[in-house]
Amino acid sequence: MIRLEKRREPSPSMAWATPFLAVVATMIFGGVLFAALGKNPVEAILTVFWEPLFGEFAFYYRPQLLVKAAPLVLIAVGLALGFRAGIWNIGAEGQYIVGALCGAGVALAFYPVESVVIFPLMVLAGALGGWLWAMIPAVLRVQFGTNEILVSLMLVYVAEQLLASMALGAMKNPEGFGFPGSRNLQQYSSAHNAELIAGTGMHWGVVVAFIAVIFAYVLLARHQLGFAIRVTGDAPRAAQFGGVRPARLVLFCLGMSGLLAGLAGMFEVAGPAGQVTIDFNVGYGFTAIIVAFLGRLNPLGILAAGLLMALTYIGGDIAQSQLGLPAAAIQVFQGMLLFFLLAFDLLTNYRLRVGLARVA
Amino acid sequence: MAENIALGMENPPAMSALASQIRAVSETYGLPLAPERIVGDLSAGERQRVEIIRCLLGEPKLLIMDEPTSVLTPQEVAILFKTLKKLSAEGTAILYISHKLEEIRTLCDTATILRGGKVVGTCDPRQTSARELAEMMVGRGLTMPERQRVTPGDPVLEIKALSLPAQSAFGMPLRDVSLTVREGEVLGVGGVAGNGQDELLAVLSGERGSPPGTLILRGADIGKLGPNARRRLGLLAAPEERLGHAAAPDMSLTETALLTGAAREGLVRRGLVDWRAARGFAERIIEHFDVRTPGPQNAARSLSGGNLQKFVIGREVLQRPDVLVVNQPTWGVDAAAAAAIRAALMALAAGGAAVVVISQDLDELMEISDRFAALNEGRLSEPMSIEDLDVDQIGLMLGGAHGMEVAHV
Repeated sequence: MIRLEKRREPSPSMAWATPFLAVVATMIFGGVLFAALGKNPVEAILTVFWEPLFGEFAFYYRPQLLVKAAPLVLIAVGLALGFRAGIWNIGAEGQYIVGALCGAGVALAFYPVESVVIFPLMVLAGALGGWLWAMIPAVLRVQFGTNEILVSLMLVYVAEQLLASMALGAMKNPEGFGFPGSRNLQQYSSAHNAELIAGTGMHWGVVVAFIAVIFAYVLLARHQLGFAIRVTGDAPRAAQFGGVRPARLVLFCLGMSGLLAGLAGMFEVAGPAGQVTIDFNVGYGFTAIIVAFLGRLNPLGILAAGLLMALTYIGGDIAQSQLGLPAAAIQVFQGMLLFFLLAFDLLTNYRLRVGLARVA
Repeated sequence: MAENIALGMENPPAMSALASQIRAVSETYGLPLAPERIVGDLSAGERQRVEIIRCLLGEPKLLIMDEPTSVLTPQEVAILFKTLKKLSAEGTAILYISHKLEEIRTLCDTATILRGGKVVGTCDPRQTSARELAEMMVGRGLTMPERQRVTPGDPVLEIKALSLPAQSAFGMPLRDVSLTVREGEVLGVGGVAGNGQDELLAVLSGERGSPPGTLILRGADIGKLGPNARRRLGLLAAPEERLGHAAAPDMSLTETALLTGAAREGLVRRGLVDWRAARGFAERIIEHFDVRTPGPQNAARSLSGGNLQKFVIGREVLQRPDVLVVNQPTWGVDAAAAAAIRAALMALAAGGAAVVVISQDLDELMEISDRFAALNEGRLSEPMSIEDLDVDQIGLMLGGAHGMEVAHV
């Protein structure tokens, strides 16, 4: 008989070990899955995890890793602040879109003037746009007690419509022969979020993502506000007794996560994506929710989780093209990772006991 | 109510038949109840009658009761005891679990004493003194803390005609509450739980604001200030619920110490938490209040109730408050820890602080208070000096609105 026994306190060593256990278990069961599909499991696993980092074309894939991980980390760090306090922003995808639209809007308004102030203005506009979009659910919750999960999620669809209307209307490239989509900001040097060091994938968004990780880490570990966030997540009444004002915390957490999501969108549209198109958003805002939990809502964990997630995306693409693995198999593989993480999570608060249950 | 009773039955009869059965049983045993009333509207004493009648309908051979009097007024206790004596005279065996020694001595034929899960003795409680019983329970000679009464000084905290609506369907409004606490005195607020105790604490701690002019601390209107602003002025509080209100379950004791100690103990500088100072504060609480725990890094939920209660009371006492408000300071706490907490509260008052103790435990209030007021349906009675009161008067102050007049036996 195997049974679970609740630990008196969460085990810190298990909290660290579970992400690694989950990755190992994913490799084992993913290998079984690939073997069942008639592929060499070792080769397939190596393709996903090894090829992008150390393979023949690693010089191409490694920068991609940063480019893909940066928006995930940036958004997930913001979300984690709220999640820790029990404030659920599910609409980062919408804030990401609005941030991108605001950033691109500033650039397109200045076009074709060249000036060093344009890019900083775009950063401000992107942050402001994401912040404002997140303040809608925040203010509604504080004023009327609406559910921020539903409101923020519904605003994603509003933002998608706004994006389509912009790509087809106000921001459409006048010299684009009628095709939808804005001018390409990669060709507008004052607005281009270019690589800072050629061939590294390091653009301003990556830098800001690293800064956000450090900022969030210090906030949670050392600052009074971070303490307020953690107490609120654990016991809201105790937080209130300790002097935390719940309304302010909602405004801060939603605002901060919106701001970071907006920044992520702005850096993406000005850099890797280049232009406002109907299908500009590719789900970073939703994937970031997984990244936040994969990193156990800890900023440093999120950094690792974002890189790991980016790795499975890139490695998955390689496995598809080189080994002919179906896209669905890759998605199952990624799903397994989250599944095992949540499953092993149990071991932080419970321990396994083998043997017959003693009568209490 | 009849529906509630039917819930506990294997084959409940038709509702109307059950209702007349309930009426018959309740009158036989002198526990009048109207079966069609809603349980949510009943007082604690009446709710307990529902429980007892539910048991009586099953014509029990053995009735087990665990701390049945903890929420009853003295008059209600008397009614309960009459019922129990009648039952035992009719041949029902009663297993009565309680930590109130006088109850055991008046009611029981034999007593078995448990300590730490082990039987430590069996005796005839009518032949044994309360002191001997207590010593068997605690395991050593019991020193009762002695109240040193000092002459109260100037008024510190005043509540003036405060009325507040109920916050939820099951909350209790505060109705025209007035009171004054002076330096060096312990004011006991008695009453059955759910009569406004939590609301009174929230208003004093600052979790809930109050209208201008109703709450005065040393001449300053503090009705609008939040909990931390009040702490800075010297008004501290310890709520009833240890886990989830006074402390967060998964937080370490260091973090628990920081929760209310930040403002007065200088644990936060320019927004940054000084963890070393917070840890030092937690260690001081653990040492001064003899909290049994491996160290301040342990989670609040890993502590036993008594130890955590010593910690959260100690956390406030060590901050040298001018006014301390505590709600149920010894609820569910072992006798030794309860004595330590009471001693700390009395020492605090002896040092010149004003202490407000909200409690259901009348023995506790008689022991430590200088003045006593009762909270009933959100109304606070005029505080009376404890020397002028006896248990019957207190019972009447507590129970006025609990339908005592219909409950003659």
